[in-house]
Formats: sequence, C-alpha cells, structure tokens
Amino acid sequence: MSSQPKSKMDRRRFLQDAARAAAGCTLGGLVLAKLATDAKALPAQALRPPGALPEDDFLAACIRCGLCVRDCPYDTLVLAELGADGAATGTPFFTARDVPCEMCDDIPCVAACPTGALDKGLTDIDDARMGLAVLIDEEKCLNALGLRCDVCYRVCPVIDEAITLEQRHNTRSGHHAIFMPTVHSDACTGCGKCEKSCVLPGEAAIKVLPRHIAMAEAADHYKLGWENPDPLVDDLIDLPDRLPGPGTDNLAAPGGYEFEPAFKLPGGAGQ
Amino acid sequence: MSRKADIPVGHDAIAEKGWLSAHKYLLLRRFSQAFFLAIFLLGPWFGIWWVKGNLSGSLTFGVLPLTDPFILIQSIVAGHWPETTALIGAVIVAAAYALIGGRVYCSWVCPINPVTDGAHWLHEKLGMPKGWQPKANTRYWVLAMVLAVSVLGGVIAWELVNPISMLHRGLIFGMGFAWAFVLAVFVFDFAVARRGWCGHLCPVGAFYGLLGTKSLLRVSAVDRAACDDCMDCFAVCPEMHVITPALRGRDEDTPLILSPDCTNCGRCIDVCAPQVFRFTHRFDDSPAPARPEREKNTPSTKASRAA
Ligand code: SF4
Ligand code: SF4
Ligand code: SF4
Ligand code: SF4
Ligand code: SF4
Repeated sequence: MSSQPKSKMDRRRFLQDAARAAAGCTLGGLVLAKLATDAKALPAQALRPPGALPEDDFLAACIRCGLCVRDCPYDTLVLAELGADGAATGTPFFTARDVPCEMCDDIPCVAACPTGALDKGLTDIDDARMGLAVLIDEEKCLNALGLRCDVCYRVCPVIDEAITLEQRHNTRSGHHAIFMPTVHSDACTGCGKCEKSCVLPGEAAIKVLPRHIAMAEAADHYKLGWENPDPLVDDLIDLPDRLPGPGTDNLAAPGGYEFEPAFKLPGGAGQ
Repeated sequence: MSRKADIPVGHDAIAEKGWLSAHKYLLLRRFSQAFFLAIFLLGPWFGIWWVKGNLSGSLTFGVLPLTDPFILIQSIVAGHWPETTALIGAVIVAAAYALIGGRVYCSWVCPINPVTDGAHWLHEKLGMPKGWQPKANTRYWVLAMVLAVSVLGGVIAWELVNPISMLHRGLIFGMGFAWAFVLAVFVFDFAVARRGWCGHLCPVGAFYGLLGTKSLLRVSAVDRAACDDCMDCFAVCPEMHVITPALRGRDEDTPLILSPDCTNCGRCIDVCAPQVFRFTHRFDDSPAPARPEREKNTPSTKASRAA
C-alpha cells in the first residue's frame, strides 16, 4: 500500500484522499455527536437501575452488556430498544408502572455490572436514588379527594420515612380529614412501588421521576428562620427594643412623651 | 478474467479435493459464528445460563468475564475508569485476538459477517458492478473519528450506531428498530460498495486489525511456486490486496500474509486447487520459492488490480 507518497502526483493524490476522508469523517462525526447529545435526554418515565451514575457519566460507562438485566430476579430491568424506548439504545432502565424495583438487599444488578456504571459504592439499597416519587395529580389521587386509599403509602419499602400521610382538614365535608401522601426526598429511593400500585386505571397519580426533573433548586439566598434560628441581622443594625415601659402600658414613653389615656376608668383604678 | 467468467470460483478446488475439503474453513467459520451466537442464546431461549450478556461484555460460567476492548477504550477516553472486572475481561479478549489474529473476530465471531457475506454473494450472483470503493484505510479515519466523538461527547460513541452490537443484542435481548441498521449494512454492501462495510468502513474491524498486527497465527502462501494464476483466492478473499505481496513475492520475500487486514478466514486455503496456502505461525520460515517466471517479469500489482 502506498501511504508513502513517492512522486508529486502521488503526493497530490495522497493529500486529496486524506482531505476527502477527513471531510467525510468530520461529517460522520457531526452526525454521531448529534446522536450522542440526543441520547443524553432520558425520557422522564425511564428510570436507571439503582446505583446508576448520573446520566452523563452513565453513558460513558455502560457498555450495554445487559448483565444487570440478567441478574435482576424480578425482570425489572430491560435494555432499551432502538426507536421503542427512548433511552440510549442498549442501556438498561425500568418503567415503574410496569415493573418497579423490589429493592433487593444484596442489589444483584449492581453486583453484576462489570464496568461500574452501576456504582459498587451503593451497598445499602435504602441509599439508592433511582428517582423521586411525586404526587403528580392531586385532582385524582383518592387520598387527596378525602378517601382512604393509602395504597402507595402502604407498599412503600421505606414506609413512614420516604412517604407519610399528612393530615389536613377536609374543607369539603367540613369534619373529616384528608390524609395526604407526602414524599420525602431524603428517604425516597425511587423504587417505583408506589407508582406501580396506585389503584387508578392507566396512569398513576403518584409517579417516580428522575431526580433532576422532580426536584427544584433550593433558594439558598432565603434564610429559613425555623431551621436556623440564629438572627442574621441582629449584629448589624440595632433596632429599638420595645420593652414594657413608659408609653406602652399607660406609662411614660421613652423620650419623655407622656401618654394620656383617652378616658379614665371610674375610680381611676388603671387597667 | 475471462476464465473466471465462465468457470465458477472454487471449481478446480472442488474437482481436486472434493466439495467438503474445498469448503472446510467456510463451514468451520459458519459453525463458529453460529456457535458464538448460540451460546449467548442458550440462556434466554433454554434457561441454560452458561453465558450471560453479549459480545460487548459477558460472564461465562459465572467466573470468566469478557469485555470488548474497543468499547472499553471508548469508555475510558469518554472519561470513565471501569471496574477491574471489565478491565480484566478486555485484557483477556485483547490478548486472545492479539495471538490468533485480530480480525479472526471478523470472520469467526462477528454476527455482521454473514450479513455482509450474504450481500457479497448476492452481489456476485447478480453480476453487479464493483460500485463506489472508499479507500481501504477509510476505516482508520472512522476509527479516529469514533474516538474523537467519544472524547468530546463523553459517551461510548460507536455503540450509538454499531450494527454489530445492535444485531447481537437484538437477537439476545430484543430487536426494536435496530434491524434497520443491519439492513442498511446489507444494502450498502450489496448496492453501493462491494465489500464496502467490512472492507473499508467498520472501525471495529479496523481496531481488531490493529490489535492483531503482530499475531502469531497467519496464513502463508508456502507453496506459491505451484500457483496456476486461477485467481480464485483473489475472488473469495474479502481483503484481496493482502494476498499479492505473499503470493507474488520473490524468493526473498516472505510467503506469510502479514497484513493486519487479513481476517484469517481461510477461504484462500479452501479454494486453491494446487494447495498453495496453509495456516501457520508467524515465525515459520520454511523455504517458499517463488514461481520461476515471477522472478523475471516484475509481477503483482497489475494482476491484483485485475482481480
Ligand atoms: S434492586 Fe433488585 S429489583 Fe431492583 S433493579 Fe436491582 S435487581 Fe432488580
Ligand atoms: S451491567 Fe452495567 S455495563 Fe452492563 S448494561 Fe448494566 S449498567 Fe450497563
Ligand atoms: S418510590 Fe414510592 S414506594 Fe419507592 S421509596 Fe419512594 S415513595 Fe416509597
Ligand atoms: S469489519 Fe466490522 S462488521 Fe465486518 S466482520 Fe469485522 S467487525 Fe464485523
Ligand atoms: S488472505 Fe485468505 S485468510 Fe486472509 S482474508 Fe483473504 S481469504 Fe481470508
């Protein structure tokens, strides 16, 4: 093969070929790069297995071998099929409404992953954060309507930590309570059992969403006084203290202002 | 050329050695391809989990991890340092192919090979023109492009379009729309470029080729003096340019086919009636005199182009 240009003609030919190949590959590369960016958009209802790295890292790590799929005893996980599922072709995911994750104690899917796309650092399944459950349709949730369904609450493997029933006054009946299913992001693993078991036909009222969709960014510039009672501005400005004293309770106000009651009680007995 | 037109390729070999022997390596190869697919299907079809996973990564008998080294390299340049299991698996696979010839993967394992072979068969059958031929080294450009996109995009780039894993995974886990990619390869080879995909474009083949550059197992044109110029080996070889230097070399040139493009498919051995070729090892230096008339008129390039 003549990759070694010999004459002027050869060199020109060589350069032309190289330029052509480079151009073709740049074009192909652009298409591939576009596909790569598209692949990063994981559909909201497709959840990654426990321990999955953040989506960007996951796509660099998962070789699409399906070993996690094979070792999941509940057939929760599937490999995405091109065109059908939306997740990057060949990568593992699950759809909570079809088959949720059963939160196996020994986490066999993570143990099976040869690459670390499912992080071996996850040893306690309660620490998994596959997504976050959100009571997405309060208008149809039976508990929110004042009925006692409670199914999502009762199937939750982390019951009373990941999901609680918060009592609320039922304004419709006036004398009943509403037991509002309430999810706590610090404990919800995103297993999807609540979504799976929601008794509504078709779509569930509670859905597990990827955390980046389900969670807002905290407004850290606001100080939540009930979490951090230390006064923030106390040392900066000294506001006048309104202590009991003259001017507040029939007494002389600070600065010598004399408060005169509008009327005097009979007998002048004061308050 | 004209001779080739009326006598089917391999005819002489069949007459000389018998049909079976003239198809030995082809049959073995098909058997091997079917075998490697079947062991992956034993689990999902019959519940016999000797092997789990697919060609990208697998676990055999619960102990032996195997990983596709090309995919793992993309993963590493994309920024993920894999767990030891995957690394060990990749090293085992890489070592094996480095020994027996990288493109043995192509001819003996890759599930796309029967597809492109089928396209080629139909192509010949219908007497189609050779078509557009990208340079054989285009695959190295594609290889470089794939690695570049992996680095820049932080993804295992080729797996987004790789027809090999799509087909293999599809057969084992469920296909989806992926069959379209396989069909595209078939149509490309059939209608656009003869032997276009495996011979010019596929970066996986290119990678494995590079991996096997120094491989031990090689085909050698040991008995090149007996070559009767029937051109049958050129007609069946998927990478015909690799044959010329060995077959048409002078006395002092090695009869070993050393090009990393050779897939070690053994088809040249099959179809050669005078039994010029055989499998041997890289350090085989048994004397292989060239054909006497080759010594005189400087040979090769024209004849190989004619093929
Ligand atoms: S934790 Fe268990 S049920 Fe959940 S995905 Fe992993 S193997 Fe399947
Ligand atoms: S086992 Fe790991 S590398 Fe294999 S498909 Fe599952 S997540 Fe990807
Ligand atoms: S997804 Fe639902 S069932 Fe699972 S932990 Fe969260 S609240 Fe509980
Ligand atoms: S060149 Fe690529 S597609 Fe063709 S046989 Fe080799 S690996 Fe498979
Ligand atoms: S030289 Fe022989 S073994 Fe090598 S690819 Fe060609 S036909 Fe196959």
